[in-house]
Amino acid sequence: MSSKPAKIELNNFNLYYGEHQVLKGISAIIAANSVTAIIGPSGCGKSTLLRSINRMNDLIDGVRITGEILLDGKNIYEPDVDLIWLRARIGMVFQRPVAFPLSIFDNVAAAPRVRGIVNKDHLARIVKKSLQAVGLWSDVQHCLNQSALSLALGDQQKLCIARAIATQPDVLLFDEPCSALDPISTHVIEDLMRALSKRFTIIIVTHNMQQAARASHYTMFLLDGNIVEYGPTRELFTNPKDIRTENYVTGKIG
Amino acid sequence: MASPRTTFSQELRELDDQILIMGKEAESMLENALIALAEQNLDLAHETINHDDIVDDMRFSIEKKCIELIATQHPKAKDLRRIFAAIAIASDVERVADYSVDIAKIVRRLPDKPFFKPLIDIPKMERAVAKMLREGLEGFVSRDLDLIKKVLLSDDEIDALYEMLHDELVDFMKRDPSTIDQAVQLLFVSRYLERIADHITNIGERVFYVETGQVIKM
Repeated sequence: MSSKPAKIELNNFNLYYGEHQVLKGISAIIAANSVTAIIGPSGCGKSTLLRSINRMNDLIDGVRITGEILLDGKNIYEPDVDLIWLRARIGMVFQRPVAFPLSIFDNVAAAPRVRGIVNKDHLARIVKKSLQAVGLWSDVQHCLNQSALSLALGDQQKLCIARAIATQPDVLLFDEPCSALDPISTHVIEDLMRALSKRFTIIIVTHNMQQAARASHYTMFLLDGNIVEYGPTRELFTNPKDIRTENYVTGKIG
Repeated sequence: MASPRTTFSQELRELDDQILIMGKEAESMLENALIALAEQNLDLAHETINHDDIVDDMRFSIEKKCIELIATQHPKAKDLRRIFAAIAIASDVERVADYSVDIAKIVRRLPDKPFFKPLIDIPKMERAVAKMLREGLEGFVSRDLDLIKKVLLSDDEIDALYEMLHDELVDFMKRDPSTIDQAVQLLFVSRYLERIADHITNIGERVFYVETGQVIKM
Protein backbone atom coordinates (compact mmCIF):
# COMPACT_ATOMS: atom_id res chain seq x y z
CA MET A 1 0.00 0.00 0.00
CA SER A 2 2.85 2.36 0.74
CA SER A 3 6.23 3.05 -0.73
CA LYS A 4 7.59 3.16 2.82
CA PRO A 5 8.78 -0.12 4.34
CA ALA A 6 6.46 -2.09 6.62
CA LYS A 7 7.03 -1.60 10.35
CA ILE A 8 4.10 -3.63 11.59
CA GLU A 9 2.22 -6.37 9.84
CA LEU A 10 -1.06 -7.80 11.05
CA ASN A 11 -1.88 -11.22 9.64
CA ASN A 12 -5.43 -12.50 10.05
CA PHE A 13 -5.51 -11.17 13.61
CA ASN A 14 -8.60 -12.12 15.64
CA LEU A 15 -9.40 -11.15 19.22
CA TYR A 16 -12.17 -12.51 21.42
CA TYR A 17 -13.46 -11.34 24.79
CA GLY A 18 -14.81 -14.69 25.93
CA GLU A 19 -17.26 -15.75 23.22
CA HIS A 20 -17.51 -12.26 21.75
CA GLN A 21 -15.26 -11.67 18.77
CA VAL A 22 -14.07 -8.05 18.74
CA LEU A 23 -11.48 -8.12 15.95
CA LYS A 24 -12.21 -10.17 12.87
CA GLY A 25 -9.43 -11.29 10.57
CA ILE A 26 -7.47 -8.05 10.59
CA SER A 27 -4.73 -8.06 7.96
CA ALA A 28 -2.84 -4.86 7.27
CA ILE A 29 0.60 -3.39 6.88
CA ILE A 30 1.52 -0.30 8.88
CA ALA A 31 4.12 1.78 7.05
CA ALA A 32 7.24 2.89 8.89
CA ASN A 33 7.76 6.61 9.56
CA SER A 34 4.20 7.62 8.95
CA VAL A 35 1.10 8.48 10.95
CA THR A 36 -1.65 5.89 10.60
CA ALA A 37 -5.07 6.70 12.03
CA ILE A 38 -7.63 4.11 13.04
CA ILE A 39 -11.17 5.46 12.90
CA GLY A 40 -14.62 4.00 13.35
CA PRO A 41 -17.73 4.28 15.50
CA SER A 42 -17.71 3.42 19.21
CA GLY A 43 -17.31 -0.28 19.80
CA CYS A 44 -15.81 -0.99 16.37
CA GLY A 45 -12.65 -2.37 17.97
CA LYS A 46 -10.22 0.46 17.26
CA SER A 47 -8.86 0.82 20.81
CA THR A 48 -8.70 -2.96 21.15
CA LEU A 49 -6.68 -3.10 17.96
CA LEU A 50 -4.31 -0.38 19.17
CA ARG A 51 -3.83 -2.10 22.50
CA SER A 52 -3.16 -5.39 20.75
CA ILE A 53 -0.10 -3.84 19.17
CA ASN A 54 1.74 -3.59 22.49
CA ARG A 55 -0.16 -6.44 24.14
CA MET A 56 -2.04 -4.32 26.64
CA ASN A 57 -5.01 -6.66 26.22
CA ASP A 58 -3.01 -9.49 27.84
CA LEU A 59 -4.05 -8.10 31.20
CA ILE A 60 -7.75 -8.56 30.53
CA ASP A 61 -9.34 -11.81 31.68
CA GLY A 62 -10.87 -13.99 29.02
CA VAL A 63 -9.01 -12.45 26.09
CA ARG A 64 -7.99 -14.87 23.39
CA ILE A 65 -6.23 -14.10 20.16
CA THR A 66 -5.39 -15.91 16.95
CA GLY A 67 -3.26 -14.75 14.04
CA GLU A 68 -0.16 -12.66 14.42
CA ILE A 69 1.21 -9.14 14.70
CA LEU A 70 4.74 -8.73 13.38
CA LEU A 71 7.07 -5.95 14.49
CA ASP A 72 9.94 -5.79 12.00
CA GLY A 73 9.02 -9.32 11.00
CA LYS A 74 8.97 -10.74 14.56
CA ASN A 75 5.63 -11.98 15.94
CA ILE A 76 5.07 -10.08 19.19
CA TYR A 77 2.76 -12.83 20.46
CA GLU A 78 5.53 -15.45 20.43
CA PRO A 79 6.02 -16.91 23.93
CA ASP A 80 9.65 -15.76 24.06
CA VAL A 81 8.77 -12.06 23.65
CA ASP A 82 9.78 -10.01 26.70
CA LEU A 83 6.99 -7.53 27.44
CA ILE A 84 9.38 -4.97 28.93
CA TRP A 85 11.41 -5.11 25.73
CA LEU A 86 8.22 -4.88 23.64
CA ARG A 87 6.86 -1.85 25.47
CA ALA A 88 10.21 -0.10 25.28
CA ARG A 89 10.00 -0.48 21.51
CA ILE A 90 6.31 0.41 21.32
CA GLY A 91 5.48 3.41 23.49
CA MET A 92 1.99 4.54 24.32
CA VAL A 93 0.34 7.90 25.00
CA PHE A 94 -3.10 7.94 26.58
CA GLN A 95 -6.24 9.99 26.41
CA ARG A 96 -5.62 12.13 29.48
CA PRO A 97 -2.05 13.16 30.17
CA VAL A 98 -0.82 10.89 32.94
CA ALA A 99 2.13 12.80 34.27
CA PHE A 100 3.65 11.09 37.32
CA PRO A 101 3.56 13.16 40.52
CA LEU A 102 7.30 13.71 40.11
CA SER A 103 9.49 16.45 38.74
CA ILE A 104 9.53 17.16 35.00
CA PHE A 105 13.02 15.64 34.84
CA ASP A 106 12.06 12.47 36.70
CA ASN A 107 9.02 11.92 34.52
CA VAL A 108 11.17 11.71 31.42
CA ALA A 109 14.02 9.87 33.16
CA ALA A 110 11.71 7.23 34.65
CA ALA A 111 11.75 4.73 31.80
CA PRO A 112 15.49 5.00 31.03
CA ARG A 113 16.16 4.44 34.78
CA VAL A 114 13.99 1.29 34.72
CA ARG A 115 16.12 0.14 31.81
CA GLY A 116 19.22 0.54 33.97
CA ILE A 117 20.61 3.90 32.92
CA VAL A 118 21.89 5.58 36.08
CA ASN A 119 24.66 7.84 34.82
CA LYS A 120 23.47 11.39 35.55
CA ASP A 121 24.96 12.98 32.43
CA HIS A 122 23.54 10.26 30.24
CA LEU A 123 20.09 10.69 31.80
CA ALA A 124 20.33 14.48 31.43
CA ARG A 125 21.15 14.06 27.74
CA ILE A 126 18.16 11.75 27.22
CA VAL A 127 15.84 14.14 29.07
CA LYS A 128 17.04 17.13 27.07
CA LYS A 129 16.79 15.32 23.74
CA SER A 130 13.31 14.00 24.50
CA LEU A 131 12.00 17.37 25.66
CA GLN A 132 13.52 19.05 22.63
CA ALA A 133 11.79 16.57 20.33
CA VAL A 134 8.39 17.55 21.70
CA GLY A 135 9.14 21.27 21.71
CA LEU A 136 9.04 21.61 25.49
CA TRP A 137 12.73 22.10 26.27
CA SER A 138 12.92 25.88 25.84
CA ASP A 139 9.97 26.33 28.21
CA VAL A 140 11.06 23.99 30.98
CA GLN A 141 14.85 23.85 30.86
CA HIS A 142 15.15 26.16 33.90
CA CYS A 143 12.50 24.41 35.96
CA LEU A 144 13.19 20.72 35.43
CA ASN A 145 12.83 20.06 39.16
CA GLN A 146 9.37 21.56 39.24
CA SER A 147 6.44 19.15 39.60
CA ALA A 148 5.15 17.91 36.25
CA LEU A 149 1.63 18.42 37.55
CA SER A 150 2.20 22.18 37.52
CA LEU A 151 2.32 22.19 33.70
CA ALA A 152 -0.71 23.12 31.59
CA LEU A 153 -2.63 20.10 30.32
CA GLY A 154 -1.34 20.45 26.75
CA ASP A 155 2.25 20.62 28.04
CA GLN A 156 1.62 17.62 30.29
CA GLN A 157 0.59 15.68 27.19
CA LYS A 158 3.80 16.78 25.45
CA LEU A 159 5.69 15.62 28.54
CA CYS A 160 4.00 12.22 28.29
CA ILE A 161 5.11 12.01 24.67
CA ALA A 162 8.66 12.98 25.71
CA ARG A 163 8.51 10.23 28.36
CA ALA A 164 7.32 7.73 25.74
CA ILE A 165 10.17 8.55 23.36
CA ALA A 166 12.85 8.57 26.09
CA THR A 167 13.35 4.83 25.59
CA GLN A 168 13.87 5.46 21.86
CA PRO A 169 11.00 3.29 20.72
CA ASP A 170 10.25 2.41 17.09
CA VAL A 171 6.53 2.82 17.38
CA LEU A 172 4.31 5.26 19.29
CA LEU A 173 0.67 4.42 19.94
CA PHE A 174 -1.67 7.33 20.66
CA ASP A 175 -5.05 6.56 22.17
CA GLU A 176 -7.26 9.64 21.72
CA PRO A 177 -4.31 11.87 22.68
CA CYS A 178 -6.15 15.17 22.29
CA SER A 179 -9.59 14.49 23.67
CA ALA A 180 -8.76 16.29 26.92
CA LEU A 181 -7.07 19.24 25.20
CA ASP A 182 -8.21 22.62 23.87
CA PRO A 183 -8.14 23.28 20.09
CA ILE A 184 -4.75 25.04 20.04
CA SER A 185 -3.04 22.31 22.12
CA THR A 186 -4.75 19.79 19.84
CA HIS A 187 -3.20 21.33 16.74
CA VAL A 188 0.18 21.46 18.47
CA ILE A 189 0.00 17.74 19.28
CA GLU A 190 -1.16 16.97 15.73
CA ASP A 191 1.81 18.87 14.29
CA LEU A 192 4.07 17.12 16.75
CA MET A 193 2.84 13.71 15.62
CA ARG A 194 3.57 14.62 12.00
CA ALA A 195 7.04 15.88 12.95
CA LEU A 196 7.81 12.82 15.08
CA SER A 197 6.72 10.50 12.28
CA LYS A 198 10.02 11.28 10.58
CA ARG A 199 11.68 9.27 13.38
CA PHE A 200 8.93 6.99 14.64
CA THR A 201 6.03 4.97 13.30
CA ILE A 202 2.88 6.46 14.78
CA ILE A 203 -0.54 4.89 15.13
CA ILE A 204 -3.39 6.96 16.49
CA VAL A 205 -6.88 5.97 17.50
CA THR A 206 -9.34 8.81 17.43
CA HIS A 207 -13.06 9.44 17.64
CA ASN A 208 -12.34 12.72 15.99
CA MET A 209 -12.50 11.99 12.29
CA GLN A 210 -11.30 15.49 11.46
CA GLN A 211 -8.19 14.87 13.50
CA ALA A 212 -7.50 11.68 11.58
CA ALA A 213 -7.92 13.64 8.34
CA ARG A 214 -5.61 16.44 9.45
CA ALA A 215 -2.84 14.52 11.11
CA SER A 216 -2.45 11.15 9.40
CA HIS A 217 -0.86 9.86 6.23
CA TYR A 218 -2.95 6.67 6.20
CA THR A 219 -6.37 5.93 7.60
CA MET A 220 -7.96 2.62 8.49
CA PHE A 221 -11.74 2.53 8.86
CA LEU A 222 -12.99 -0.21 11.17
CA LEU A 223 -16.59 -1.30 11.46
CA ASP A 224 -17.77 -4.10 13.73
CA GLY A 225 -14.24 -5.50 14.05
CA ASN A 226 -13.55 -5.55 10.29
CA ILE A 227 -11.37 -3.32 8.17
CA VAL A 228 -13.76 -1.71 5.71
CA GLU A 229 -11.19 0.45 4.00
CA TYR A 230 -7.55 1.31 4.51
CA GLY A 231 -5.49 3.66 2.39
CA PRO A 232 -3.93 7.09 1.99
CA THR A 233 -5.86 9.56 4.14
CA ARG A 234 -6.44 11.96 1.25
CA GLU A 235 -8.02 9.20 -0.81
CA LEU A 236 -10.17 7.95 2.01
CA PHE A 237 -11.57 11.40 2.75
CA THR A 238 -12.02 12.59 -0.84
CA ASN A 239 -12.82 9.45 -2.78
CA PRO A 240 -13.63 6.49 -0.52
CA LYS A 241 -14.08 3.22 -2.35
CA ASP A 242 -16.64 1.64 -0.03
CA ILE A 243 -20.12 3.10 0.46
CA ARG A 244 -19.85 2.41 4.21
CA THR A 245 -16.71 4.56 4.41
CA GLU A 246 -18.45 7.28 2.40
CA ASN A 247 -21.39 7.17 4.81
CA TYR A 248 -19.13 7.30 7.85
CA VAL A 249 -16.83 10.13 6.72
CA THR A 250 -19.80 12.19 5.55
CA GLY A 251 -21.52 11.69 8.91
CA LYS A 252 -24.42 9.62 7.60
CA ILE A 253 -23.64 6.79 9.98
CA GLY A 254 -21.85 7.22 13.20
CA MET B 1 8.29 23.49 17.77
CA ALA B 2 6.78 25.86 15.25
CA SER B 3 3.38 27.47 15.72
CA PRO B 4 0.36 25.19 15.29
CA ARG B 5 -0.66 23.83 11.91
CA THR B 6 2.81 23.54 10.40
CA THR B 7 1.68 20.85 7.98
CA PHE B 8 -1.28 22.88 6.76
CA SER B 9 0.80 26.04 6.32
CA GLN B 10 3.30 24.07 4.29
CA GLU B 11 0.50 22.70 2.10
CA LEU B 12 -0.80 26.23 1.48
CA ARG B 13 2.67 27.33 0.39
CA GLU B 14 2.82 24.38 -1.99
CA LEU B 15 -0.53 25.44 -3.40
CA ASP B 16 0.86 28.95 -4.03
CA ASP B 17 3.83 27.40 -5.84
CA GLN B 18 1.55 25.30 -8.02
CA ILE B 19 -0.48 28.39 -8.99
CA LEU B 20 2.69 30.32 -9.83
CA ILE B 21 4.06 27.49 -11.97
CA MET B 22 0.75 27.16 -13.81
CA GLY B 23 0.75 30.93 -14.37
CA LYS B 24 4.25 30.77 -15.85
CA GLU B 25 3.15 28.04 -18.25
CA ALA B 26 0.10 30.01 -19.37
CA GLU B 27 2.20 33.15 -19.75
CA SER B 28 4.72 31.35 -21.94
CA MET B 29 1.89 29.92 -24.07
CA LEU B 30 0.53 33.42 -24.56
CA GLU B 31 3.94 34.77 -25.44
CA ASN B 32 4.61 31.93 -27.91
CA ALA B 33 1.19 32.34 -29.53
CA LEU B 34 1.98 36.00 -30.19
CA ILE B 35 5.50 35.22 -31.50
CA ALA B 36 3.94 32.58 -33.75
CA LEU B 37 1.48 35.20 -34.99
CA ALA B 38 4.08 37.90 -35.60
CA GLU B 39 6.44 35.48 -37.36
CA GLN B 40 3.61 33.46 -38.93
CA ASN B 41 5.45 30.47 -37.49
CA LEU B 42 3.25 27.37 -37.86
CA ASP B 43 5.58 25.10 -35.87
CA LEU B 44 5.46 27.37 -32.84
CA ALA B 45 1.68 27.70 -33.20
CA HIS B 46 1.40 23.93 -33.21
CA GLU B 47 3.65 23.62 -30.18
CA THR B 48 1.53 26.16 -28.30
CA ILE B 49 -1.65 24.24 -29.08
CA ASN B 50 -0.11 21.00 -27.85
CA HIS B 51 1.06 22.62 -24.61
CA ASP B 52 -2.52 23.17 -23.51
CA ASP B 53 -2.83 19.64 -22.11
CA ILE B 54 -0.07 20.39 -19.59
CA VAL B 55 -1.91 23.45 -18.29
CA ASP B 56 -5.19 21.52 -18.16
CA ASP B 57 -3.51 18.84 -16.06
CA MET B 58 -2.09 21.49 -13.73
CA ARG B 59 -5.53 22.95 -13.26
CA PHE B 60 -6.98 19.59 -12.21
CA SER B 61 -4.03 18.90 -9.98
CA ILE B 62 -4.61 22.24 -8.19
CA GLU B 63 -8.32 21.50 -7.91
CA LYS B 64 -7.56 18.05 -6.48
CA LYS B 65 -5.17 19.51 -3.94
CA CYS B 66 -7.77 22.08 -2.89
CA ILE B 67 -10.42 19.40 -2.44
CA GLU B 68 -7.96 17.33 -0.38
CA LEU B 69 -7.11 20.34 1.78
CA ILE B 70 -10.78 21.09 2.40
CA ALA B 71 -11.49 17.43 3.20
CA THR B 72 -8.49 16.85 5.43
CA GLN B 73 -7.47 20.20 6.91
CA HIS B 74 -10.85 21.83 7.55
CA PRO B 75 -9.83 25.37 6.60
CA LYS B 76 -11.75 28.27 8.06
CA ALA B 77 -12.06 32.01 7.38
CA LYS B 78 -9.22 33.42 5.26
CA ASP B 79 -7.65 29.99 4.70
CA LEU B 80 -10.97 28.73 3.35
CA ARG B 81 -11.42 31.75 1.08
CA ARG B 82 -7.87 31.30 -0.13
CA ILE B 83 -8.43 27.67 -1.12
CA PHE B 84 -11.66 28.45 -2.96
CA ALA B 85 -9.88 31.35 -4.68
CA ALA B 86 -7.11 28.97 -5.76
CA ILE B 87 -9.68 26.77 -7.52
CA ALA B 88 -11.20 29.77 -9.28
CA ILE B 89 -7.80 31.27 -10.14
CA ALA B 90 -6.63 27.98 -11.64
CA SER B 91 -9.76 28.02 -13.77
CA ASP B 92 -9.05 31.61 -14.92
CA VAL B 93 -5.43 30.77 -15.72
CA GLU B 94 -6.63 27.79 -17.68
CA ARG B 95 -8.82 30.13 -19.74
CA VAL B 96 -5.73 32.26 -20.44
CA ALA B 97 -4.10 29.14 -21.88
CA ASP B 98 -7.25 28.37 -23.90
CA TYR B 99 -7.27 31.82 -25.48
CA SER B 100 -3.57 31.41 -26.27
CA VAL B 101 -4.52 28.22 -28.11
CA ASP B 102 -7.23 30.15 -29.97
CA ILE B 103 -4.63 32.71 -31.05
CA ALA B 104 -2.28 29.91 -32.16
CA LYS B 105 -5.11 28.41 -34.21
CA ILE B 106 -5.61 31.77 -35.93
CA VAL B 107 -1.97 31.59 -37.04
CA ARG B 108 -2.92 28.40 -38.90
CA ARG B 109 -5.93 30.09 -40.50
CA LEU B 110 -4.16 33.24 -41.68
CA PRO B 111 -3.59 33.54 -45.42
CA ASP B 112 0.02 32.92 -46.34
CA LYS B 113 1.04 36.50 -47.14
CA PRO B 114 2.70 39.39 -45.29
CA PHE B 115 0.51 41.46 -42.95
CA PHE B 116 -1.10 44.45 -44.56
CA LYS B 117 0.39 46.55 -41.74
CA PRO B 118 3.14 45.95 -39.20
CA LEU B 119 1.89 44.43 -35.91
CA ILE B 120 2.56 47.02 -33.22
CA ASP B 121 -0.46 47.43 -30.98
CA ILE B 122 -1.30 43.72 -30.70
CA PRO B 123 2.18 42.79 -29.33
CA LYS B 124 1.94 45.84 -27.05
CA MET B 125 -1.42 44.57 -25.79
CA GLU B 126 0.03 41.10 -25.25
CA ARG B 127 2.92 42.47 -23.17
CA ALA B 128 0.51 44.45 -21.02
CA VAL B 129 -1.73 41.42 -20.54
CA ALA B 130 1.23 39.15 -19.68
CA LYS B 131 2.36 41.72 -17.10
CA MET B 132 -1.14 41.78 -15.61
CA LEU B 133 -1.06 37.98 -15.29
CA ARG B 134 2.35 37.99 -13.62
CA GLU B 135 1.41 40.73 -11.19
CA GLY B 136 -2.02 39.26 -10.47
CA LEU B 137 -0.49 35.95 -9.40
CA GLU B 138 2.33 37.65 -7.52
CA GLY B 139 -0.31 39.66 -5.71
CA PHE B 140 -2.17 36.45 -4.79
CA VAL B 141 0.95 34.84 -3.37
CA SER B 142 2.34 37.92 -1.62
CA ARG B 143 -1.13 39.18 -0.57
CA ASP B 144 -0.16 42.59 -1.89
CA LEU B 145 -3.39 44.52 -2.38
CA ASP B 146 -1.65 47.59 -3.81
CA LEU B 147 -0.28 45.42 -6.59
CA ILE B 148 -3.74 43.93 -7.11
CA LYS B 149 -5.32 47.38 -7.39
CA LYS B 150 -2.75 48.22 -10.04
CA VAL B 151 -3.67 45.04 -11.93
CA LEU B 152 -7.37 45.89 -11.74
CA LEU B 153 -6.73 49.39 -13.09
CA SER B 154 -4.69 47.95 -15.98
CA ASP B 155 -7.84 46.34 -17.33
CA ASP B 156 -9.13 49.77 -18.34
CA GLU B 157 -5.99 50.34 -20.41
CA ILE B 158 -6.48 47.01 -22.14
CA ASP B 159 -10.12 47.83 -22.85
CA ALA B 160 -9.06 51.18 -24.35
CA LEU B 161 -6.41 49.47 -26.50
CA TYR B 162 -9.00 46.97 -27.70
CA GLU B 163 -11.48 49.71 -28.63
CA MET B 164 -8.77 51.53 -30.52
CA LEU B 165 -7.63 48.41 -32.38
CA HIS B 166 -11.20 47.47 -33.18
CA ASP B 167 -11.97 50.85 -34.75
CA GLU B 168 -8.70 50.87 -36.62
CA LEU B 169 -9.17 47.37 -38.08
CA VAL B 170 -12.78 48.04 -39.07
CA ASP B 171 -11.60 51.19 -40.73
CA PHE B 172 -8.97 49.26 -42.72
CA MET B 173 -11.56 46.76 -43.85
CA LYS B 174 -13.94 49.48 -45.00
CA ARG B 175 -11.28 51.26 -46.93
CA ASP B 176 -9.64 48.18 -48.49
CA PRO B 177 -11.67 44.94 -48.58
CA SER B 178 -8.54 42.97 -49.55
CA THR B 179 -7.42 43.35 -45.91
CA ILE B 180 -10.56 41.65 -44.58
CA ASP B 181 -9.20 38.09 -44.42
CA GLN B 182 -6.32 39.20 -42.20
CA ALA B 183 -8.03 42.02 -40.34
CA VAL B 184 -10.90 39.81 -39.19
CA GLN B 185 -8.43 37.38 -37.68
CA LEU B 186 -6.49 40.18 -36.00
CA LEU B 187 -9.75 41.48 -34.62
CA PHE B 188 -10.28 38.06 -33.02
CA VAL B 189 -6.76 38.12 -31.58
CA SER B 190 -7.34 41.50 -29.98
CA ARG B 191 -10.69 40.31 -28.64
CA TYR B 192 -9.03 37.24 -27.09
CA LEU B 193 -6.39 39.42 -25.45
CA GLU B 194 -9.12 41.62 -24.05
CA ARG B 195 -10.91 38.54 -22.67
CA ILE B 196 -7.67 37.32 -21.09
CA ALA B 197 -7.42 40.64 -19.27
CA ASP B 198 -10.96 40.09 -17.98
CA HIS B 199 -9.97 36.72 -16.54
CA ILE B 200 -6.96 38.30 -14.85
CA THR B 201 -9.28 40.95 -13.46
CA ASN B 202 -11.31 38.09 -11.95
CA ILE B 203 -8.10 36.86 -10.32
CA GLY B 204 -7.46 40.30 -8.84
CA GLU B 205 -11.00 40.56 -7.50
CA ARG B 206 -10.68 37.14 -5.89
CA VAL B 207 -7.42 38.09 -4.17
CA PHE B 208 -9.16 41.16 -2.80
CA TYR B 209 -11.98 39.00 -1.49
CA VAL B 210 -9.54 36.53 0.08
CA GLU B 211 -7.67 39.25 1.94
CA THR B 212 -10.56 41.49 2.99
CA GLY B 213 -13.69 39.34 2.80
CA GLN B 214 -15.14 42.17 0.69
CA VAL B 215 -16.09 42.19 -2.97
CA ILE B 216 -14.26 44.94 -4.84
CA LYS B 217 -15.75 46.69 -7.85
CA MET B 218 -13.36 48.86 -9.80
